[in-house]
Amino acid sequence: MISSNRMNKLTDHFVHAVFFACALSAVLAVLTISFYIFIAGWPIIHSRGLSFLFGSHWYPNQDVFGILPMIVGSIAVTFGALSIGVPMGLAGAIFLAELAPPLMIRILRPAIELLAGIPSVVYGFFGMTLLVPWIRVYVGGNGYSVLAGSIVLAVMILPTIITISETSLRSVPKEYKEGSAALGATHWQTIHRILLPAASSGIIAGIVLGMARAIGETMAIIMVTGNVTAIPTSILDPTRTLTGNIVLEMAYAAGDHQAALFATGAVLFFFILLLNLLVTAISRQAVRN
Amino acid sequence: MKQGIRKNSLRIKLLVFGLLAFAGLFVAGCSKQEAATSTPSQPPAATNHFTIAGSTSVQPLSEVLVEAFTAKNPAIKIDVQGGGSSAGIQSAKSGAAQIGSSSRELTAEEKGANLQEFIIARDGIAIIVHPSNPVVDLSVEDIRRIYSGQILSWSQFGGTDKQITIITREAGSGTRGAFEELVMGKNNPIIGKALVQNSTGAVRTAVASDPLAIGYVSLASLNQDIKAIKINGIEATAASVDAGSYKLSRPFIYLTKDAPTGAVKAFIDFVLSSEGQAHVEKEGLVKFKK
Repeated sequence: MISSNRMNKLTDHFVHAVFFACALSAVLAVLTISFYIFIAGWPIIHSRGLSFLFGSHWYPNQDVFGILPMIVGSIAVTFGALSIGVPMGLAGAIFLAELAPPLMIRILRPAIELLAGIPSVVYGFFGMTLLVPWIRVYVGGNGYSVLAGSIVLAVMILPTIITISETSLRSVPKEYKEGSAALGATHWQTIHRILLPAASSGIIAGIVLGMARAIGETMAIIMVTGNVTAIPTSILDPTRTLTGNIVLEMAYAAGDHQAALFATGAVLFFFILLLNLLVTAISRQAVRN
Repeated sequence: MKQGIRKNSLRIKLLVFGLLAFAGLFVAGCSKQEAATSTPSQPPAATNHFTIAGSTSVQPLSEVLVEAFTAKNPAIKIDVQGGGSSAGIQSAKSGAAQIGSSSRELTAEEKGANLQEFIIARDGIAIIVHPSNPVVDLSVEDIRRIYSGQILSWSQFGGTDKQITIITREAGSGTRGAFEELVMGKNNPIIGKALVQNSTGAVRTAVASDPLAIGYVSLASLNQDIKAIKINGIEATAASVDAGSYKLSRPFIYLTKDAPTGAVKAFIDFVLSSEGQAHVEKEGLVKFKK
């Protein structure tokens, strides 16, 4: 007969093992997906090499697969979204954390959370029927453009950046602010010399999450960017992203074409990894400074 | 004593992990094999639940026919999906859908030994522009030159002196395939700078919001938001497609792998009957000719 003490210890080990397995299953999921995508896309990358990555023509019917226009499109739209979304998001977060009266916070926070819950296809619909004609009439080009994609994505990543940045700002120890005030700094000086650097790692984490969402967004993007397989030369030019490429053609692609689409997915994966590493390196640098 | 506990804990963790990893590898190995052969096999035809997948142009007609059919046969459930004609053909071949729909003729590579084709209707391809566009009539040659990028401005046809916004469908679209065959011909690709929308409805919305746009849609999708252009003086109507005077016409095809049986056969018989064809005509399309 097992003693109750031994039973407790066994239960303990068992529960630890279950938790360990659950955490591991997440890792397993990521590994399985990446393994499958790379295996499915490898034949094309192996046989075509650089002409796949740097070719600027995509004609699947004639066996020509070059994804450079889509790479440029994805990068353009993501950085456009970040250049609009990060300043606005940070400013919003600073307002919520430092300047807003409690009543305004009670109104603003639910509104921002609501923004996060809107499905991306609704954003795309809104972009297609309101934003695109507006750009066509007041800015230029025919509306379907990198600009339209950037604006829609910026609105989508705003809640992420605002909420995470606000949390980071709020978690800066009060002593920092009090010390700064004691030394005679103004509120703004405190914010931009003390609070922002102290909260920088959290803020950068928020930006990384926003960037990951932007680069992976599909539905809203294909509705507002025009899906043209040519390298955009201005923000008013239409473009196609890596994600848009996959979704437009996956349903019927077969053979080499399908492998090319999996390879596009692999490139997307690689980009997200690269961006994450880059930002982690920058944030380590920021923390050191 | 402590070392004993640690060893036990480690053993249990390794055991659970090992089981999980084994299960994971097993699943991964299976799914890799399945991926090579692509999709699940066709369920028995005696089932009362099946899927029609494919052309977004055929989709509205399919939905109407399904509604009429299931009103008389409530035990049968039919799902209608889009995805494009090429996707529909692939789905029928692989068995992912029991009926695949296409709005263009199949190419020689796509025809399969067991693939059965049923032409259920004929449709015209309407060339559409914004209602405010003064241009009313074009020739097939004009349209070909616009879409290949040789003509850039509406002023060539009596419109404003602004650049034409060219809108096309994605590469797997049956409407695009039919358009390329009927209008562009061989060796005349649609210009790469044309904007791509991924369904008939999306093209219609895009043209309806841009006074400088031109696009092509199924005849059955015409509505107040856009204007159809006359081709050589012939208006785009079901009557002119039937008479043969409107040249841009293509078949709507239902495809099944092997001869259809059971509920699928009952549905296709209904579609080809005079009752089904009455619905086809009500949708603005043309009856199939035997």
